[in-house]
Amino acid sequence: MEKNNLSATGSTMKPDYVIGEHPDLPPPSNTIGPIAWIRDNLLSSPANIVMTILSIFFLYKILPPSLDWMFFDAAFVGEDRNACRAVADGACWAFISERFKLFTYGFYPIENRWRVDLSFVLLVIAVIPILFDKTPFRKYGLWFAMVFPFIAGWLLVGGFGLDPVPTEKFGGFMLTLVVGITGIAFSLPLGILLALGRQSNLPIIKVFCVSFIEFIRGVPLITLLFVASTMLSYFLPPGTNFDLLLRVLIMVTLFSAGYMAEVIRGGLQAIPKGQFEASDAMGLKYWPSMRLIVLPQALKISIPGIVNTFIGLYKDTTLVIIIGLLDPLGIGRASLSDTKWTGLSNEVYLFVALFFFVSCFAMSRYSLYLENKLQTEHRR
Amino acid sequence: MSNSTQIGTEQMNTDQDNIVIRINQMHKWYGQFHVLKDINLDVTRGEKIVICGPSGSGKSTMIRCINRLEEHQKGDIIVDGTELTNDLKNIEAVRREVGMVFQHFNLFPHLTVLENCTLAPIWVRKTPRLEAEEIAMQYLERVKIPDQANKFPGQLSGGQQQRVAIARSLCMKPRIMLFDEPTSALDPEMIKEVLDVMIELASEGITMLCVTHEMGFAKTVADRVIFMDGGEIIEENVPQEFFDNPQHERTKLFLSQILNH
Repeated sequence: MEKNNLSATGSTMKPDYVIGEHPDLPPPSNTIGPIAWIRDNLLSSPANIVMTILSIFFLYKILPPSLDWMFFDAAFVGEDRNACRAVADGACWAFISERFKLFTYGFYPIENRWRVDLSFVLLVIAVIPILFDKTPFRKYGLWFAMVFPFIAGWLLVGGFGLDPVPTEKFGGFMLTLVVGITGIAFSLPLGILLALGRQSNLPIIKVFCVSFIEFIRGVPLITLLFVASTMLSYFLPPGTNFDLLLRVLIMVTLFSAGYMAEVIRGGLQAIPKGQFEASDAMGLKYWPSMRLIVLPQALKISIPGIVNTFIGLYKDTTLVIIIGLLDPLGIGRASLSDTKWTGLSNEVYLFVALFFFVSCFAMSRYSLYLENKLQTEHRR
Repeated sequence: MSNSTQIGTEQMNTDQDNIVIRINQMHKWYGQFHVLKDINLDVTRGEKIVICGPSGSGKSTMIRCINRLEEHQKGDIIVDGTELTNDLKNIEAVRREVGMVFQHFNLFPHLTVLENCTLAPIWVRKTPRLEAEEIAMQYLERVKIPDQANKFPGQLSGGQQQRVAIARSLCMKPRIMLFDEPTSALDPEMIKEVLDVMIELASEGITMLCVTHEMGFAKTVADRVIFMDGGEIIEENVPQEFFDNPQHERTKLFLSQILNH
């Protein structure tokens, strides 16, 4: 009886494949495709269903009116605010288009604005080989990127054959880019040096770096910007007239370098001791070992933090408004006091926000791209 | 009389020349903790030495003193005629001649296998890149993984990674190789492939110091087995004598623990 049973079970369990050679089958159809995605992500539980319905409701409530205000009911041309009103009751973008040049160049002399444009084009040419390692002729591109700051400085400030333009005339997006990019370009190397210095065995270097970092982190950027003039004049011969923009550049760079140093220190501490030992055991000296082995790994780990600092720096450039420089936000505020265009603060702030969002979002996406590209650990 | 003295000194001189590592009354402390006590060890050129002992006995620390990954506080270590002091020049000189293989491989994860192997020759020995790559491929062939040259270490198995690590050390053409428990982090089926490479290497006349628990390896390859416990060298002997006729109680205990399981 029992024997019978066993053989019966045996026959029902008999596999229809050769043992050890099970074929690869496709997954069940209800676990892949868009329907499965909707079920898994939008309708997986009662709470999730409620959230989905609420979200759809809110989108329905918010999206159409905003789109109406921004596009369908908006006026894109017009002499002044009343002209806008006459055409549509949504946003009045005519204001922005009228002030667009002011937003872009600040008070840079009109006849010299080609220099700003040219600098921007050169900036793009300099940045592409830095960002993408598959750029053709990358080596020359990197050399160009090294000299670019000097070319751009010459183009923007003038002198040596070009009309000098005082830096007080800088403003708008151009000012943001000048401060932001200078800060980004110089704070990273400075931050690396500070982070390495903080771990140094030489007490003087270590104490200097630690005090610098702690001082920077303990003081608000605005304070630094305010005291920049007095602080820096201590280190310079009396009577030196220190350019306001240069002061800002130095302070913004030092400020983010302090933060950068701590972000990179976090990356350095994540490097296993074995990596240092392996490079020591090979006879590599300190700098090659840092440059070839430790920093590439530490910086890779720190990418999210580094980009975070960059984005923070970029947005902190709006603080220059406090010491009288007019970045896009400052231009916007100044424009709002024009009686022709009163009451258009939504348009202005939305426009400025869009500018910052596009820049910062681009940085954020690039950092994700870079992280993926540098992912070597478990790539098979 | 004078003749025999002369022969005596001559012999001593040749011995002296043949000694590549001399450790003399060396002590080391970690803070208050006395980890290495009165270590005396002379290693002759081409000698294979296996160092064993219970964990915490100071065997890893001792071989790490030989390339100054650990600093000793008392006594002398002379490697290939260079005394290890605080002088960075000396330390770098020693490290160029001494290769080291670690328990956890310590390959550079951001570099390919080939780049791992060429890095030190290019940056320390200033070998031209193409030549360094050629040498690296030779050694990768010797450890039987030339086909993995362009992969990253994270894509290899533990045994393959350790063989890359051995190739990486050999690319510097070291005179002395230190192995710090090279098979302890490996899955059992991968131990053999690493030991095979090490046995082959041993037959080529390089000086080897190897901290390991692989007693089979010790019996096949070692000229001398050193047993350490509590920071001291308790016993040293040729493998046959060491395993068949251990002198010290602690050696007997240790051998009974690792051989009878």
